Amino acid sequence: MATVLLERIGLALITMIIIVVVVFFALELMPGDACSVNLGRGASDSMLAACQKRLGLDQPAVWRFAAWAGDFLTGDLGISMQRDRPIAEVVGWRLRNTLILAGLTAAIGIPLALGLGVLAGLNPDGPLDMTISGIAIFAMTVPEFISGTLMILLFSVILGWAAGVVTIGYKAPALDLLKASVLPAATLIFILAAHILRMVRASVIEVMQSDFVQMARLKGVPHRRIILHHVLPNALLPAISIIGLTMAWLLGGVVIVESVFNFPGLGRLAVDAVADQDLPLVQAIALLFGFIYVLTNLGADLLALTLNPRLRTRRK
Amino acid sequence: MNTVWPALPLPQILRDVLAQRSGRIGMAIVCLHLAVALAAPVITPQDSAYQDASAMLQSPSFSHWFGTDRLGRDVFSRTLLGGREAMLIATAATFIAMAWGSALGILVALIGGRTDAIVMRFIDAMMSIPWILLVMLFVAALGSSSAALVPVLGFSYGLSAVYLARAAALDFVARDFVVAAQIRGHARWAIAVTELLPNVRDSLAVQGAMQWSWILLAVSSLSFLGMGVAPPTPDWGQMIADARGIMQRAPWALICPMLALSSLVIGVNLAVDALARVTGVERTRRVLGA
Repeated sequence: MATVLLERIGLALITMIIIVVVVFFALELMPGDACSVNLGRGASDSMLAACQKRLGLDQPAVWRFAAWAGDFLTGDLGISMQRDRPIAEVVGWRLRNTLILAGLTAAIGIPLALGLGVLAGLNPDGPLDMTISGIAIFAMTVPEFISGTLMILLFSVILGWAAGVVTIGYKAPALDLLKASVLPAATLIFILAAHILRMVRASVIEVMQSDFVQMARLKGVPHRRIILHHVLPNALLPAISIIGLTMAWLLGGVVIVESVFNFPGLGRLAVDAVADQDLPLVQAIALLFGFIYVLTNLGADLLALTLNPRLRTRRK
Repeated sequence: MNTVWPALPLPQILRDVLAQRSGRIGMAIVCLHLAVALAAPVITPQDSAYQDASAMLQSPSFSHWFGTDRLGRDVFSRTLLGGREAMLIATAATFIAMAWGSALGILVALIGGRTDAIVMRFIDAMMSIPWILLVMLFVAALGSSSAALVPVLGFSYGLSAVYLARAAALDFVARDFVVAAQIRGHARWAIAVTELLPNVRDSLAVQGAMQWSWILLAVSSLSFLGMGVAPPTPDWGQMIADARGIMQRAPWALICPMLALSSLVIGVNLAVDALARVTGVERTRRVLGA
């Protein structure tokens, strides 16, 4: 158990180190640097040189990488070019807002998906399953920006239940943000739940056909008991690692959905940063998203390990 | 050349796909879209960029079948033309992604050992960054021209192709015919091409077709965010972004490009479902890193 734990944590650390290396050197390989991109073609040589000196771009790449990675570890994310403020300051509030949105999505979406997946899987190809699965496949096929826009069209323009676009600032109190998160979270839940419930459904169908469920049925164990004690624990365990992987989608989906709803989070900041050609800021956000992904997956992995003893032995 | 189960010849595969209901519907939708995209410059009734200030936000009529947008442009003409650039980018990027992704995936499966572990750790780490941020990182540095999007998307989506090609090839590397070829002293690339490639062909075809639809969605999403196809070239994602502010007064300007893009993606999905069933390949959904 201890070796498996250490191995998982070690792998996560190595992955994070590689992410830092990739994010830094991917841009080193590109023509131009943060200064030439930001200042554009009209920049004079002296302006470029001054900017490069300010950001330390006149130093060799390896030296800069060490400084940049070191700063990052101590929480100093560098300076945003366009906004001329420390990136940590620009990112902080928006990170909180995105976490509120993602948290709300996960808190409602995951239990909803587990419930619907089990319902669909217990009666495969029944009318309930056909409805649930049909909607889920639609949600998985249509891109996020179309689902989000349809949500605005339906709930805001046609029904008038909620404001379609978020108008509050990024420093608004958490409670206001929670209220503003309703439609963006609904969009994310719609898609996230679709992915998870399809996998839970498949998992339930598989367990229902397994020998031990057949055995319990032949022994005369009541149906309710079979479902609650035999099927659910075995079908839901694999779902934990799937939820970790789905976080990758959620983090990417957040970028688009935040832009659709004008939600003041990290994803929209990334879009703005690209429009402003603010390379250091884009780099910092990509790093943060990568780290969040690795850590969530590590969390899901460790949770699965504690709940499922079968995973603890090393397979070779 | 050895294949474990006989690889079906292409005309046979096409016939089997069309024999399925989902295959027929999917292929019909995709072919219709391709035909429209090819013929669009000839059949569009009006200049897609022409702004008629006297005909803004008009509802559908005989002169404007799908109405006009906020600048008085003909929505029907723009919808017909709106998929061309994205499909072109998706096609080119899919070729790049599948080419480098499957080559590397098959090779590391064959080499195995430490090389395999190190390469896959790098691929893993890059797939930990959501695709859209990876793409945005490059777009920020290179700018968002179509010429820049092709290699950027080709690289980013090749990562998941490495995964799939490696997994597919791993099923075969320990088989007798591969071992026999190694003992005969064939070079690695020769084994990869003559022994492994024919066996993973079907998996790669299914993956390639899915990649095409994912990259198409990626281009549309980027256009929606203002980083993809740039005006004046009409594009569905860009049209949807543009029509969002007027959805109350001119819903047709929003609905038409939405229907066009969604129907194409659903068509590809149905066709790939049939292809996967015919070739016996387990198909991957759009979950991991896509």
